Amino acid sequence: MLDTASTASTPPAAPAAPAPPTPWQPAPQTSWQAARCVLGNLWIRHRVTWRSTFISSVLQPTLYLLALGLTLGAHIRPGPNTWGQPYAVYLVPGILVTRAVQNAVGESTYPLLDGFRWTRTYWAAVSSPLEPVDLLNGQVLWVAVQVLESAVAFLVIAAVFGVVTGPGVVLSLFFAMLTGLAVAVPVMAFVASLEREGPWFTVLSRFVILPMTLAAGTYFPVSQLPGWLQPVAWVTPVWHGNELAREAAFGGLNVATLSVHTGYLLLFLAAGYAMARRRFTRRLRF
Amino acid sequence: MPVVESPLTLSAVLPPGIYARRARALIGRSAMVGRHIWLLIASGFVEPLLFLAVFGAGFGTMIGPVTGPDHHPMRYITFVAPALLAVSAMNGALHDATFNVFGKLRSKFYDTVLSTPLGTLDIVIGEMSWALIRGGMYSAGFLAVMLATGLVGPVAAVVCLAAALLVGASFAATGMLATTYLRSWQDYSFVTTATMVQFLFSTTFYPLSTYPKALQWAVQVFPLYQAIQLMRDITFDTVGPQTAVHIAYLLVLAAIAFVCAVRRLHRKLIS
Repeated sequence: MLDTASTASTPPAAPAAPAPPTPWQPAPQTSWQAARCVLGNLWIRHRVTWRSTFISSVLQPTLYLLALGLTLGAHIRPGPNTWGQPYAVYLVPGILVTRAVQNAVGESTYPLLDGFRWTRTYWAAVSSPLEPVDLLNGQVLWVAVQVLESAVAFLVIAAVFGVVTGPGVVLSLFFAMLTGLAVAVPVMAFVASLEREGPWFTVLSRFVILPMTLAAGTYFPVSQLPGWLQPVAWVTPVWHGNELAREAAFGGLNVATLSVHTGYLLLFLAAGYAMARRRFTRRLRF
Repeated sequence: MPVVESPLTLSAVLPPGIYARRARALIGRSAMVGRHIWLLIASGFVEPLLFLAVFGAGFGTMIGPVTGPDHHPMRYITFVAPALLAVSAMNGALHDATFNVFGKLRSKFYDTVLSTPLGTLDIVIGEMSWALIRGGMYSAGFLAVMLATGLVGPVAAVVCLAAALLVGASFAATGMLATTYLRSWQDYSFVTTATMVQFLFSTTFYPLSTYPKALQWAVQVFPLYQAIQLMRDITFDTVGPQTAVHIAYLLVLAAIAFVCAVRRLHRKLIS
């Protein structure tokens, strides 16, 4: 109401030349707008480097599908171990989840430390109206977009090879994204507390991410692992993601499993987010 | 008068200032840095063992016996282990020769090195030697596990270690050559992809006969295929004329890549 009143009182403006477009955006008003600013910035960078990102996020899983799914898979008989599916079909949801986790973690390590330490873009950003939490939100959104983008591309390729069973696999996409975030957001909290790189990214990828993606039900069911190792696999988000993605793809999704697995993943995500939020704020504001 | 191989003849062939015979200084520097990142270096032992455990033991239960090069069926893990040894030798050498060398190029570390008496050839020899030392340690660790689990005999293990150093030299030289072409960190994913294609398709996980004829020829061109076959020949005791071909292939590759890497790096650093 106030707005209309004020415009009504001003005299009708003379037709002036249109204002030259300014490169400045108005300051974001809501945290959603702020996160979108950050997302936009990441997107600009992506436009320059997308070729190599595309290679690692789409070509590499396709190669895994070809080598392990279609070629090695020819030596594996369909059975209860493969949900009754041909091995390549069984593998597709697993690759979706695994690659989502790897992509998401990749986007959450070096790029974050770059913002904090090397090019220090985060410090530039928080001297604008952006808050530290906006940077985190934007980064989380970015990871979600990025993971979904490459997962869709991989799924299209998998469909061309004829190893996609049905529409259920579209649901697997979202479970893959959720798993990616459930692993990546705690990683963001970890990276935000790192003073320098040290050996930590390699240690993280070799001792946490790689074992998880290799052994937690991606390439073969957890029941093939030695008995003492199986509970370890059950604790990993990747196992829950794999189960969800396979249930969605091959049927068998029910309320009980859905709520247990998604609940577990959301718990990881929420705990990671709370930690990351605190670390971002503490590091960039104090 | 017979031609005597002396430092003088070598320096007569090489461009001035390219070689000061002090590559040792660079190795010493890498070793000193290595002491500070021991955890990083130690973690390199774990990766190939993890692959052995997962692909050997996990997959092994789903895949029956495989026909080896001697046409006898063998356990899947026996078939995969020598291939993973070659992969580990490749990765161990490549990491230093690509990622670390590119990092040092970007940080202008080599410009500092060149302001000392050291030259480009010292740099390439020094970095390759360190890559070999580190890669050799990983191969030795992996071989120790293979030996302990009866996947390789003691004599074959020693020969395998020598072969792993040859494989490491080929990939270290190729990796350094490839690094001179990288423009940014993003380009590094081309290296990762080239490595992964070889890792997945060089008969690491299944015999060559799985492929159609045309594809078999293409796969045999991969350096990693040659390395894997060399390791399998030694481990399964199927050494024959083809073994000499594998060795020759890797030697020639190492030599060509080494010379090209020195030339390209020299041009890059001096101009």
